[in-house]
Amino acid sequence: MSAPLLQLENVSIRFGGLTAVSDLDFQIGLGELVGLIGPNGAGKTTAFNLITGVYQPTGGNILFDGKSIVGRRPYRITAGGIARTFQNIRLFPSLTVFDNVRAVFHLHLRGDVRHALWRGQGYHAEEAAIAGRALELLELFHLEHCRDEPAKSLPYGDQRRLEIVRALATQPKLLLLDEPAAGMNATEKAELARLIRFIRDKFQIAILLVEHDMPLVMQICERIAVLDYGIKIAEGTPPEIRGNAKVIAAYLGDDAMAAPRASAAD
Amino acid sequence: MNFRHAKTVLLGALAACLMVSLFAGRINGYWLNNFYDIGIGMIMAVSLNLINGYTGQFSLGHAGFMAVGAYTAAMITNQFGPLNFFAANGIFAGALFAGGLAAAGAGLLVGIPTLRLRGDYLAIVTLGFGEIIRVILQNMNAVGGARGLSVMHGWTNFFWTFGLAAVTIYVVASLVNSTYGRGFIAVQDDEVAAEAIGINTTKYKVTAFVVGAFFAGIAGGLYAHSKQFLTPGGFGFLQSITFVVMVILGGMGNTIGVILAAVLLTLLPEGLRLLADLEHLPGLAAKHPLGWIGGTRMIIYSLLLIVLMLTRPQGLFSFKKGRSG
Amino acid sequence: MVYGILRFINFAHGDVFMLGAFAGFYLAPKIATVLPLPSLGGGIAVLLVAMAICAALGVLIERFAYRPLRRRPKLTVLITAIGVSLFLEYAGQFVFGAAPKKFPQILPVYPLPRLGGLSLNSNQVIVLGVTLLLLLGLRFIVLKTKIGTAMRAVSYNPEAAALMGVNTDVVISFTFALGSALAAAAGILWAVNYPAIDPLMGILPGLKAFVAAVLGGIGNLPGAALGGLIIGVTETLVSGYISSTYRDAIAFAVLILILLVKPSGLLGKKETEKV
Repeated sequence: MSAPLLQLENVSIRFGGLTAVSDLDFQIGLGELVGLIGPNGAGKTTAFNLITGVYQPTGGNILFDGKSIVGRRPYRITAGGIARTFQNIRLFPSLTVFDNVRAVFHLHLRGDVRHALWRGQGYHAEEAAIAGRALELLELFHLEHCRDEPAKSLPYGDQRRLEIVRALATQPKLLLLDEPAAGMNATEKAELARLIRFIRDKFQIAILLVEHDMPLVMQICERIAVLDYGIKIAEGTPPEIRGNAKVIAAYLGDDAMAAPRASAAD
Repeated sequence: MNFRHAKTVLLGALAACLMVSLFAGRINGYWLNNFYDIGIGMIMAVSLNLINGYTGQFSLGHAGFMAVGAYTAAMITNQFGPLNFFAANGIFAGALFAGGLAAAGAGLLVGIPTLRLRGDYLAIVTLGFGEIIRVILQNMNAVGGARGLSVMHGWTNFFWTFGLAAVTIYVVASLVNSTYGRGFIAVQDDEVAAEAIGINTTKYKVTAFVVGAFFAGIAGGLYAHSKQFLTPGGFGFLQSITFVVMVILGGMGNTIGVILAAVLLTLLPEGLRLLADLEHLPGLAAKHPLGWIGGTRMIIYSLLLIVLMLTRPQGLFSFKKGRSG
Repeated sequence: MVYGILRFINFAHGDVFMLGAFAGFYLAPKIATVLPLPSLGGGIAVLLVAMAICAALGVLIERFAYRPLRRRPKLTVLITAIGVSLFLEYAGQFVFGAAPKKFPQILPVYPLPRLGGLSLNSNQVIVLGVTLLLLLGLRFIVLKTKIGTAMRAVSYNPEAAALMGVNTDVVISFTFALGSALAAAAGILWAVNYPAIDPLMGILPGLKAFVAAVLGGIGNLPGAALGGLIIGVTETLVSGYISSTYRDAIAFAVLILILLVKPSGLLGKKETEKV
């Protein structure tokens, strides 16, 4: 594998007496589709927050594209190429679907504040170009029909999709998805799986997926890392993880490994 | 509301103001003063709307910025004796601009420490800044201190007032409706999400304060050259509240609503006072019961506020479901 | 205390302080018909009755102005509170008249010996004594009684408290009653030492009370007391050694300085948002 896109070296974070993540060594290469799983409270979202700069690690280093990103403000990390979605959807409720995506394009503005005020030819041309690109993205994900609706009025599944579209608008090299399948039924999950693979293939970006839905993760991820109580207990391909005793114990409890359970029929 | 003709509308409005100004001599002085108050109120409300309504920073010290602008502009123009038309307008424009810049500087001083603060804390601190400005002015003998400052030139006229109001509205509306400007609303809605799409929330918050303060300073300069007498007490907490009420009444983040609210609230005290005077008109018998209303206008004002919050907190003038310009 | 439970700043608190003083003003002659005034017993009677009246008033305000807005955004309630505050101030001017009134002497003046260079009068000592008693009483209520435990539960998690059988409406009303009673007491103690009372007297003390509470970390009772102490001492020192005309700005300047370094106040806990 070439030089990894994202590298976590011995990353730890403590909140008072609680060590949420402990000595995490982890990397993702260009264009990889990787899963991060573990029981509730294992530290998965904390890991996301560390990568995106919301939290600062108390130990270790995080490198993106070879450069350390520890200590950078979240907006600079996003500008550098890491985008994310949130466990509890965080759209901008007062903005329309269209504006939720359009707001992202401030990142790629060539003009600045003065252009917005002077409103010359250049400004209008740029705004039109932005509108075009935003609409393109919405169409790609079948959201263009509700472009003028307030984002908060969308059905749940559409909101999740919109959040992903918004993240993609930042033109990231790495996309972090935090439990995107939460609250979805089987059909929606199948669609989501297809969507995630489509994104990776079309946009050529690496994706790190935190999920509880095992079939989904096993189906699309090339590699999976498992966290438990902030420590990485396993890493490997889906078949390797499926059979890993430590992983099973972490999810089902140690008793599950001791003796076979009497079935209800006995 | 990204229309291509915004600039044309602005130029048209400026021309109209110029026309009215030239015939201003025909308008009753009492009404002229009311118009000036309305224009100044509009500038204050729209500029505050950028900070409170669009960016979500609940600022309770806006009158402090107005004070900085008022005193700065007055101190500059007071250096000059009588001037001819062109010199007077030139100096006036310069003084107003300087007042705006000084206020913008104050906005920077206020914006930066308040960055990490939320909701109630932010409100108290901005209130505190407003009071600190008031107390400093009260202790500066160079500007008259508590005794007040006389402003020599009454240069405020229709053109300057409504022309600058038009400019303020144009700037704030244009700013917010651009792609760049959607960032202000994003910061208000969800700071964490805004940072996650690359928005430097610090820069946006400080920008809102600086731009908002700049226009408040200009309004202050206009105010100084209309009333021709300034006291620090006139720029305190109660004044700031008046502007906040305008923003709330109009619907936070609703520029047109806020403009209407500014007009309404500026005329309200006058309207109530007129009702009080009705009692004394010959022909209307002493039985007219509305006279006492004038004396109780602040009570009505405050009750209005409470009732509004209980029944229609989105403001009187918001009819749209999402955000508009 | 109110902030700890309801998470909004009650701007009208300073005006309840004012109403307490005025209640005392109008009560004194009535109580004088039953108890001799000035006297310790009479003074305490005036204090207690004024506290009761304002407690009832606080409950009324909460019931009609704040309770309907409990589910709404905090900003709405904040503005309503400002409205209530303005209403009380201007209605006060309308009813009592805007001119200051002289608060009657309800406590006897006891001569006190000079201690070194320190000269005290008995009113000041009484204020300190009563304050201490009231704070200890508050601490007792909050820490050792059932209703106090309920108050603390509601301040941590109102939904969970309701699920545990706590009647949140009653607890909130009680909190307002308690807070208003204390504000009234403060009003009377103030009037005893500075006998000129007027309807706008509560504005600045009310603001400084918020500043003190924010300074100590809002929602934190010992912090608020600490904040009040810091502000009072700083104001007096600056007034005495530098200049008294900057007095009103001191509280805010101190606040801004502290918040720059510790945005959640001196003893406040940092409420980290779960992302």
